Amino acid sequence: MVGIVGYGSYVPRYRIKVEEIAHQWGKDSSAVKRGLLLQEKTVPGLDEDTITISVEAAKNALKRAEIAPEEIGALYIGSESHPYAVKPSGTVVAEALGIVPNVHIADYEFACKAGTEAMFVAHGLVKADLLKYAMGIGADTSQGAPGDALEFSASAGGSAFIFGKGNIVAEIIDTFSYTTDTPDFWRREGAFYPLHGGRFTGEPAYFKHVLGAGRAILEKSGYKASDFAYAIFHMPNGKFPLTAGKKLGFRKEQMEPGWIVPLMGNTYSGSSPTGFSATLDVAKPGDLILLVSFGSGAGSDAFIFKVTERINEVRNKAITVKELLEQNRIYLDYGQYAKYRGKIIMNE
Amino acid sequence: MPSPRYWREMPQRYRLEASQCTECGKVSFPPRIVCGCGARDFKKTNVSETGTIVSYTTIRVAPDAFVIQAPYNIAIVEADNGVRITTQVVDCAPEELAIGKKVKFVFRKLYEEGHCGIINYGYKAVLV
Repeated sequence: MVGIVGYGSYVPRYRIKVEEIAHQWGKDSSAVKRGLLLQEKTVPGLDEDTITISVEAAKNALKRAEIAPEEIGALYIGSESHPYAVKPSGTVVAEALGIVPNVHIADYEFACKAGTEAMFVAHGLVKADLLKYAMGIGADTSQGAPGDALEFSASAGGSAFIFGKGNIVAEIIDTFSYTTDTPDFWRREGAFYPLHGGRFTGEPAYFKHVLGAGRAILEKSGYKASDFAYAIFHMPNGKFPLTAGKKLGFRKEQMEPGWIVPLMGNTYSGSSPTGFSATLDVAKPGDLILLVSFGSGAGSDAFIFKVTERINEVRNKAITVKELLEQNRIYLDYGQYAKYRGKIIMNE
Repeated sequence: MPSPRYWREMPQRYRLEASQCTECGKVSFPPRIVCGCGARDFKKTNVSETGTIVSYTTIRVAPDAFVIQAPYNIAIVEADNGVRITTQVVDCAPEELAIGKKVKFVFRKLYEEGHCGIINYGYKAVLV
């Protein structure tokens, strides 16, 4: 039985409300809130980045896994905001966790689905008996251009998952990937902010791939939407995942625990993995969970998990996503936000 | 902090690695070669993840690399296993600090060696 032996998340304490961003750019906040179903988003501290977020999420995963860090044979981080263009994020994270030197490390990049890529590969290596344990992390400090619609959602946070064969909290029943070449969102080398295809990022990109992967894994596994306790779909805004889930036959109650975007924003590579982590926080033994990510470019990874009895033992060994999102929030105004996100040009 | 020193100090800065004297049990951070009791045998250990503020101050006129963070808090924290560490206390306003408050250590960016240099990571503390 291959599955997740430990999971954990981390979300920075800083927040900015939709009203604050809308006011800055002369937009109607109620229209944005109604249209995108967003209230606020997370913002990384001045001293936080994908690496520090990954370390904190991985520490929480290790608390729940109850294994020695040295037993982990691979560590993969998916992100579109790796702090270095050349130099892995994973080496810093592995060194901080005490996993080095007997470990295989790689950084992944595939817009918003790099986190589930890391999980996909980590799972495959354990399933193939090449490694006892492997860790997959999805984390980001996402960027949206000032004044762009993305600025209302691009946020920070991440989740880590340790895969293994013993003492698992959620078995992996099936996986599926659906990928095409679709230039719906991109950032060229050296460019500070990403660009996107505006309204054309919906049907030909997000929905085509999320529904493609979702329908395929349901058909392959033989399960129906009604068999699942929960489902998580990538959350670029509040509306898209609910629409995708409805088209696949899921009810809002099945998506609610993992639908964290109104308070968290779109954490890119950390989005659907953190929604999955929030769902594990409330899941019961025997529950089936569907997770479908989406990354522009474009593709979706789909997973079916079955929760085991061990979830009740480990759930409270680390902080939950709900606690991370609702406790100790520090609100920023737009000026502070611009400083925190490096949008102000400083002298050397 | 020049890069070679940063590399050498990674076990301490990243993982709070310390040494515990096998004779008297005292934990030293950073690790020592000779204990205060005169013994030279140590076992590897780590500074506790949580501690208590012993003293603190707020830096309002900061060195160049830290100007963007000002005002920021610096505290002497006594970890639960007795080690005293000088560290930044982040994610809180200066008026939230008090002697005796509990903190936990977290992994954060310390500073960047300019726009093109390496990024230095290490421990800081947050209130619990």
